[in-house]
Amino acid sequence: MSIINNINKAFDHRIRLGIMSVLMVNDYADFKMLKELLGATDGNLASHTKALEKEEYILVEKQFIGRKPNTRYSVTKLGKLQFKRHIDALEKLIGK
Amino acid sequence: MDSNKYLDDISEIKNMMSRSSRFISLSGLSGILAGTYALIGAYLAHGIIQNIENQFGVKRFLTALNSVEKLMLIALIVITSAVITGIVLTYYKSKKNGDKLWDVSAKRLLTNFLIPLLTGGIFCFAMLNNGVFEYIAPSTLIFYGMACLNASKYTVRDVRYLGITVITLGLISAYFTGYGLYFWALGFGVCHIVYGALMHFKYDWKKSKE
Repeated sequence: MSIINNINKAFDHRIRLGIMSVLMVNDYADFKMLKELLGATDGNLASHTKALEKEEYILVEKQFIGRKPNTRYSVTKLGKLQFKRHIDALEKLIGK
Repeated sequence: MDSNKYLDDISEIKNMMSRSSRFISLSGLSGILAGTYALIGAYLAHGIIQNIENQFGVKRFLTALNSVEKLMLIALIVITSAVITGIVLTYYKSKKNGDKLWDVSAKRLLTNFLIPLLTGGIFCFAMLNNGVFEYIAPSTLIFYGMACLNASKYTVRDVRYLGITVITLGLISAYFTGYGLYFWALGFGVCHIVYGALMHFKYDWKKSKE
């Protein structure tokens, strides 16, 4: 049953899966980019990024570009490791 | 048991990874058309150059002087129509895919394409100014190939092979100066048509049949 154990509950949602996928292949992504790619509402996306931040899978940086506030997300080492494990587990489950 | 859901998850991951890092709405059809324009342009230019070579003495010099502007005009028309066709067809394709044309991946693609291309452009103008005409054709091919190679990291993989092919042609043409126009026709004309058709059948044709 060890494969099932590797399925990470934190990634068990389409939006969270999407956020992690985008951040795995990009150095960083800002809120607007994630919103456009995932087709999520502001509130929905904010709650999912918060959840992933709490697990310390992603890093949130708030900064100003000119006068506009800008939130940038990037994946942490832990997040990368856990997400890879999650994908491996998914693939094994399909392969069965 | 839930294996369908896992399969959906995996395809969602793959889809997001490629959509967020690569600009995939590049139209293959525009490649075919751009290649066709280039061939027409090369044909017209060939006529003008033949006309110069058929004359002798002072007359030849004068005809050549008059033809430079014509050749430049042909080049300008070919480039402008190719760029416009590319933008329009890519716009329609991205609309059909439900993507925004001007998103992060498009910006990244364009920046990485333009850096080598502008470098090459400025370099070629320097050669033009210094009267080193024989290496202009090889240089345009080489720098254009480099631009494709660099941009290919941010779009479909076929652009990478187009780049490598054009670079190779440019290097060969550097050893056969004087045949620049033929290599141009081959690189900008034939290569665009071949790779454009390849992309069109690989990504668009199959999709529209589904």
